[in-house]
Amino acid sequence: MNVPAAWYLVLAAVLFGIGAFGLLTRRSALIMFMCVELMLNAVNLTFVTFSRTLSDISGQASVFFVMVVAAAEVTVGLGIVVAVFRRRSSTSVDELSELKG
Amino acid sequence: MLATTYAVPAILVFVTSALLILVGALGVISVKNPVHAAICLIMTLFGVAVAFVAQSADFLAAVQIIVYAGAIVVLFLFVIMFLGVDRNMQVSVEPLVGQRAFAGAGVVITVAGLITLMATSHWVTGATSVSGSALATGQGNVKQLGTAVFTTYLFAFEATAALLIIAVVGAVLLARRERATTNEEVSA
Repeated sequence: MNVPAAWYLVLAAVLFGIGAFGLLTRRSALIMFMCVELMLNAVNLTFVTFSRTLSDISGQASVFFVMVVAAAEVTVGLGIVVAVFRRRSSTSVDELSELKG
Repeated sequence: MLATTYAVPAILVFVTSALLILVGALGVISVKNPVHAAICLIMTLFGVAVAFVAQSADFLAAVQIIVYAGAIVVLFLFVIMFLGVDRNMQVSVEPLVGQRAFAGAGVVITVAGLITLMATSHWVTGATSVSGSALATGQGNVKQLGTAVFTTYLFAFEATAALLIIAVVGAVLLARRERATTNEEVSA
């Protein structure tokens, strides 16, 4: 018998927490994108766990769409990082403070 | 006691995936070199793929490896090396005083509260699907997922196709160097 769903749910929650902590503390835009990927993967793991527990394929279909959106997000995000780096020669998000009052 | 309740292989697989996921995730947020962070991200993604296989999501595990580890992380590495930021970053200084303490406290409180909330009620609530057969029967996870994506979620599937096209066009537009700017740089 497989391990209970609770173990995977706790693992996913901890992974989400690690990703959120990294997103809040790291200042490099590239690392922040990686932390977003960590959080998305935690959500995917939760979806798959619920899908297995409830014998419902919809959870896995949702993961499929999350992956597509994540791929699109990374593409556009890294394009923005490249464009910002051209102007500032830095990927630190602390440099982007023009709108500060 | 645990071994009598659950199969030993299942526990071993869970522990393996948990170690891969957590060590990789901690590596992503703590290492100085962005290239090493990307390698740690691959480790986490691989651990998630192992967890997918253990929960009979075979197709998603394959997609996880191909799309995430194969395409997204390679894109990360390409941008890191393209920009030349693959040197060590300063991670010891805190730009905002007390930022890490506050972020850590907030995250710990949120995650602990979430886990407590789930543990004090049922972990999984909701009706078990009666239309489809159980996923664990092993009869074609790909077939089930394909049927769901191309019937129930057909509109969402078509929308993602449009989304991917828009993302590609947007990325090309963002990363394109303006022709006029290039001429000015050359003349200057």
